[in-house]
Amino acid sequence: MLNKEKINHQPLSHLDWLESEAIYILREVAGQCSNPVLLFSGGKDSLCILRLAEKAFRPGRFPFPLMHIDTGHNYQEVIDFRDQRAAELGERLIVRSVEDSMKRGTVVLKSADESRNKHQSVTLLEAIEEFGFDCCIGGARRDEEKARAKERIMSFRDEFGQWDPKNQRPELWSLYNARSHKGENIRAFPISNWTEMDVWQYIEREKLQLPSIYFAHQRDVVMRGGSIVPVNVPLVNGEVTNPVKAGEEIINMQVRFRTVGDISCTAPVISDADTVSKIVLETATSTITERGATRLDDQTSDASMEQRKKEGYF
Amino acid sequence: MSNVTKQHNDSLLRFMTCGSVDDGKSTLIGRLLFDTKTILADTLTQISNTSKKRGMEAVDLSLLTDGLQAEREQGITIDVAYRYFSTGTRKYIIADAPGHEQYTRNMVTAASTANLAIILIDARRGVLTQTRRHSYLAHLVGIQHIVVAVNKMDLVNYDQATYDKICADYLTFANEIGFAQARDIKFIPMSALTGDMLVDRLENMPWYTGETLLEMLEKAPAAHTENDEEFRFPVQFVCRPHASADADLHDFRGFMGRIESGYIAVGDAVTVLPNGYQSKVKAIQIGDEQLQSAQTEQSVTLLLEDEIDTSRGDMIVKTGSTIEPVKQIEAFVCWLSETPLSPARTYVIRHTTRESKAKVGAIAYKVDVNTLEEQATSDLKMNDIARITFKLAQPLMVDSYSANRATGAFIVIDESTNNTVGAGMIV
Ligand SMILES: Nc1nc2c(ncn2[C@@H]2O[C@H](COP(=O)(O)OP(=O)(O)O)[C@@H](O)[C@H]2O)c(=O)[nH]1
Ligand SMILES: [Mg+2]
Repeated sequence: MLNKEKINHQPLSHLDWLESEAIYILREVAGQCSNPVLLFSGGKDSLCILRLAEKAFRPGRFPFPLMHIDTGHNYQEVIDFRDQRAAELGERLIVRSVEDSMKRGTVVLKSADESRNKHQSVTLLEAIEEFGFDCCIGGARRDEEKARAKERIMSFRDEFGQWDPKNQRPELWSLYNARSHKGENIRAFPISNWTEMDVWQYIEREKLQLPSIYFAHQRDVVMRGGSIVPVNVPLVNGEVTNPVKAGEEIINMQVRFRTVGDISCTAPVISDADTVSKIVLETATSTITERGATRLDDQTSDASMEQRKKEGYF
Repeated sequence: MSNVTKQHNDSLLRFMTCGSVDDGKSTLIGRLLFDTKTILADTLTQISNTSKKRGMEAVDLSLLTDGLQAEREQGITIDVAYRYFSTGTRKYIIADAPGHEQYTRNMVTAASTANLAIILIDARRGVLTQTRRHSYLAHLVGIQHIVVAVNKMDLVNYDQATYDKICADYLTFANEIGFAQARDIKFIPMSALTGDMLVDRLENMPWYTGETLLEMLEKAPAAHTENDEEFRFPVQFVCRPHASADADLHDFRGFMGRIESGYIAVGDAVTVLPNGYQSKVKAIQIGDEQLQSAQTEQSVTLLLEDEIDTSRGDMIVKTGSTIEPVKQIEAFVCWLSETPLSPARTYVIRHTTRESKAKVGAIAYKVDVNTLEEQATSDLKMNDIARITFKLAQPLMVDSYSANRATGAFIVIDESTNNTVGAGMIV
């Protein structure tokens, strides 16, 4: 036959393969959806996705804006980094805040110190409606949590933003189906097949900049319920969150964050890894999963993530 | 970096496990994750608590993969789950597909991205109807490498004769379906429960001197490296940053997509289908990196010498390639939806990055996945597999599935729900 290649192909390295797959997924979103948005928190997973989007779409502009759902309880360093990165890229950043939903009365906290993390889904749905987004690109990975292992790369959400595990579209080959009717929504996860280790290796290879709190630093913490909890954290609005409770002793520890998110539910780990390559090493020898170590909100029950996803969480 | 000539020792392999309920799929995966130290302490604590709650003595490694609440309650797997582990030399993506008869669609889904299948057989029960079904489906979906894992050897006293008989039975049947010649089939005795012959070689089966399961996985070729396939580049997205302030970019026209098969180099003569425009490759890029050549599975941007009007859904091939746009296709279709196929309706077929409306022309026959018999039929229900002809509103550029898994595959979409209702493999 004509044109048959007699070439001994070298397989792609696993990072090249994952990168290529993610670029492909981002381009499918751009090709299939009319009004997508990229959820960008300033965290490491979404920073990887920004690099992937550069590789997917440059020299053109991204065919979607960036959006952050801000709980108002984020680390200043991360918010600054988020803004700086969006500016460097010259891409549009939309910020919608849980505090605005609270003012509108659509988010009601059970108590003033209740975590706002799970309420992000309300604000997200409001933003989706406001802008008419038909697809949200997110940085979730299947290895993060058991309930995510069956998540599709293009995950369908109904009009209420709900994820119904029994009503997901079969996903074969790389023929992704991102179609939706008005009001419905697709969540696209380009790095579904990446592990925490892949993310760090990619950050190392691509020399990506990260917010400083990912690296070992000194911080005031207390031990609370078996977790390391940062205390007296200054907020962007000048307030201070996570006060010390009676009987707790403040310890100044060398820690880093493995995930960043709402302050109320993101705990640091003890670490002296102050460079990406040290973090790669530490990740390789870690004995605790990323979520187990650092997401206080997932520990409630084995099924808590699944429950929150059904309610419209990312 | 993304260079064809560079030696890599860290490739990626996608594989699937298939077997009937309770053959030990989840345990096998749990074992692989555990013995390659992928399972971390907190996860282990979590599943050992759950095991205790259910009154089990040992930690049930299958809990690692049986993820959703509904299936944990029922103790079964109801959907394809994806798992990851790495050995330092290779990253693995496992698709865990449930084995029930009514889950043919899940097996086909898992198989569609796998390059190797582990077919589990319970040593006490030998080759069963289900084994045939799983083998046929793996064959249909084009998996090149099969590992027949005879599991639960501990329950037959690690008896070699039992193992040998199962291997012989399997080969007889594989020959019957023309499977043995076409595929690379390997056999292994194991105990997923005790971890014998998965990662570690214990002392129970000195008579088996072949590779452990992990050794087989480490050596299996990654996808696409073994086939000589023609260059296929479905256009996903066209980059035209003409509004950019940069004057150099005014005429930039980049065709973005993933190379689904073959190889391309700067200077190669190409044809854009279905229109047939011809040009030459001027540049190949990944982001701002310039490449001289690129190969299968790389997502790149192609720049052509001539200004050609090309859009998403077109396919760039090498000039002279044997591919023609067609308006009718014949395929094996696995029906995925609870709503049966309706020959009266119009569906959408998505093939590579292209879509076309489609109507059923004829259903030749349905395949009984247990007996492999061909049966006349006028309808298609969930989990059925049939040979069907579709008439297309738009031309598609197709290869046969056996020649090319990317350009031979399509999905059927029901526009009223937007659901993916069928999976097709072109004959
Ligand atoms: N004795 C023995 N039991 C096994 C072995 N592999 C799996 N099992 C048990 O068989 C049952 C079903 O296993 P599971 O992994 O859930 O099977 P699946 O339905 O294929 O996922 C569980 O009770 C396992 O502990 C084995 O090699 N030997
Ligand atoms: Mg199972």
